[in-house]
Amino acid sequence: MNRIDELFSDLRGRDAKALMPFVTAGDGGLDTTARVIPALERGGASVCEIGIPFSDPIADGPVIQASMTRALDAGTRLSGIFETIAALRPNTRLGLVAMVSYSIVYRNGLDAFVRDAGQAGFDGLIFPDLPIDEAQPARDAAGEAGLTLSMLVSPSTPADRARRIAQACTGFVYVVSRGGITGEGSTLPAGLPERLQTLRDATDTPLAVGFGVSSPEHVRSVVSVADAAIVGSAMVRRLHDAAEQGGDPADEAERFTRALASGLIGSVGVG
Amino acid sequence: MTTPGTPTATPNPAALPDALGRFGAFGGSYIPETLHHAVEQLASAYADAKQDPAFQNELDGLLKNYVGRATPLYFAENLTKHVGGAQIYLKREDLAHTGAHKINNSLGQALLTLRMGKTRVIAETGAGQHGVATATAAARFGLKCDVFMGTEDMRRQQPNVTRMKLMGANVVPVTSGSCTLKDATNAAMRDWMGSSEDTHYIIGSVVGPHPFPMIVRDFQSVIGRECRAQCLDQLGQLPDHIIACVGGGSNAAGIFYPFVNDVDVKLVGVEAGGRSTALGDHAAPLSLGSPGVLHGSLSYVLQDPDGQTATVHSISAGLDYPGVGPEHSYWHDSGRVHYTAATDAQALDAFQQLTRLEGILPAIESSHALAQALQLAPTMPPDQTLVVNLSGRGDKDLDEVVRLLGMG
Repeated sequence: MNRIDELFSDLRGRDAKALMPFVTAGDGGLDTTARVIPALERGGASVCEIGIPFSDPIADGPVIQASMTRALDAGTRLSGIFETIAALRPNTRLGLVAMVSYSIVYRNGLDAFVRDAGQAGFDGLIFPDLPIDEAQPARDAAGEAGLTLSMLVSPSTPADRARRIAQACTGFVYVVSRGGITGEGSTLPAGLPERLQTLRDATDTPLAVGFGVSSPEHVRSVVSVADAAIVGSAMVRRLHDAAEQGGDPADEAERFTRALASGLIGSVGVG
Repeated sequence: MTTPGTPTATPNPAALPDALGRFGAFGGSYIPETLHHAVEQLASAYADAKQDPAFQNELDGLLKNYVGRATPLYFAENLTKHVGGAQIYLKREDLAHTGAHKINNSLGQALLTLRMGKTRVIAETGAGQHGVATATAAARFGLKCDVFMGTEDMRRQQPNVTRMKLMGANVVPVTSGSCTLKDATNAAMRDWMGSSEDTHYIIGSVVGPHPFPMIVRDFQSVIGRECRAQCLDQLGQLPDHIIACVGGGSNAAGIFYPFVNDVDVKLVGVEAGGRSTALGDHAAPLSLGSPGVLHGSLSYVLQDPDGQTATVHSISAGLDYPGVGPEHSYWHDSGRVHYTAATDAQALDAFQQLTRLEGILPAIESSHALAQALQLAPTMPPDQTLVVNLSGRGDKDLDEVVRLLGMG
């Protein structure tokens, strides 16, 4: 059984929810990434999304784009990322998901990329710029390699298309909340619970909500209606700021994850 | 430099793209899900507009009375005498309102914007010609307009920045990556992800996800349709060669497309050869790149082995782009169009020759097509004809040319 499926099945058995932080591979150098990932686990994360840096990430906001530019400037290469993951895989129980532009995947060859990612120890894949209409070959390749393939559902996705995407996902469905959630306290974006219910009716696959989740309160709100909360830009920004201020990004990763994970408690049994 | 690929089985290449937005293997729609709805809405609005005679009438009227179409097909007699060989004709898109072919597309897409009930347009620009064209259309139709432009291009094309601002557009400086056209395109796409409810993204070339490459080609095809009729009228026959410069490839697609089924007309696309054939020194993906995904479609691109977009170089800000429209990739592989490259030096030389011999100041972009014509014409007999798409005028390039020629 795939590690991500196993993990969600275990959490559901305990009526518990998942925290899924995102980090950019190679931001601060791959040696930093190698120390940050175990720190996320110590802080209480279940799955880590690892962003593969790309020169032209149109799907990402300014914080993640800047982190990718830093990673590339630091000389991060795909082969180095796979080596880093392979080295830490035996020592972590985290589900590891590669989030990567299809530009990178296509250049390396879909089958070769999926094979190499699986061999390195990734459990799942997200190709944020590969819509379902183009995704059949990727779904086949991921399925054959035993990796999950999560696709994104956005607020502008019509309901029947959203159901179709949700049913095509393996591992978890990546539900994009409204962009403006950061700073809005514990309020969920209007319509999110209804959107999640539509997806629930269509599939048993866990639902993970991302974009704009940045505090324990956000996490608490999100996991009251979803299976997992994804924290991207807020994590990336904090790790970079810590490094800038002479601190250790790994310490910050653990500290911030632990704070976010406090939002998981109290949500048990809801949703 | 063309490598002929597998001959196409498609009986009519002019009938592409297919329903998935494919030109043979190329094209498609590689975009974040967040953009899917906006792109679908555009496809549907365009399909609807195409069937509506009122839409075409309004656009035709604007092209005639506002843009000044038809643009002339001009016999460059002095240039022809000077280089010898084939008769050289110029399709004078430089005489279109705002000084380049870009206005054909911006007006068409501005009408689509109104049709979709949106109130704001955004655009990316390199040389600034598409930004100026979009700012112009926005002013004409009372649309709010933000133009994304790399800071390096703002430096190279300062007069166009001023023109956009005077027309009420907001020019957004883009400081990420190489600070040129590809980065401006990223910034515009990112804006659109959060703004598509009230905003239409007027892409300036035959690039991006389906249906953009098709829509921009269709709006620019007025160039080729006019040119075809003018050739029949003025020459009594179709030309032997048509030459156009290719960055993203909109002026080339516009003049080539109506000739695609005229198999005796040889079509030549000229990319920016820059200063050498080393990766990073040119902007010639069809001549020197390979298929990959960039900005929403599968096409020839310049990338490193990991898939990171390569840096590109050209003296022309409008050709300084690591990708190319997917239909050009299709025409390249099917062998219908021959693609080659002109260097910075060849383009500068052609710029000077046309200025001196004909009193026409061409855009640095168009000078790449001219450079190829100057090489090709002497190899052809004098009873043959060659049409160069003079896609824009060179006033915007004066400062840069003066600097490059050491005249300053």
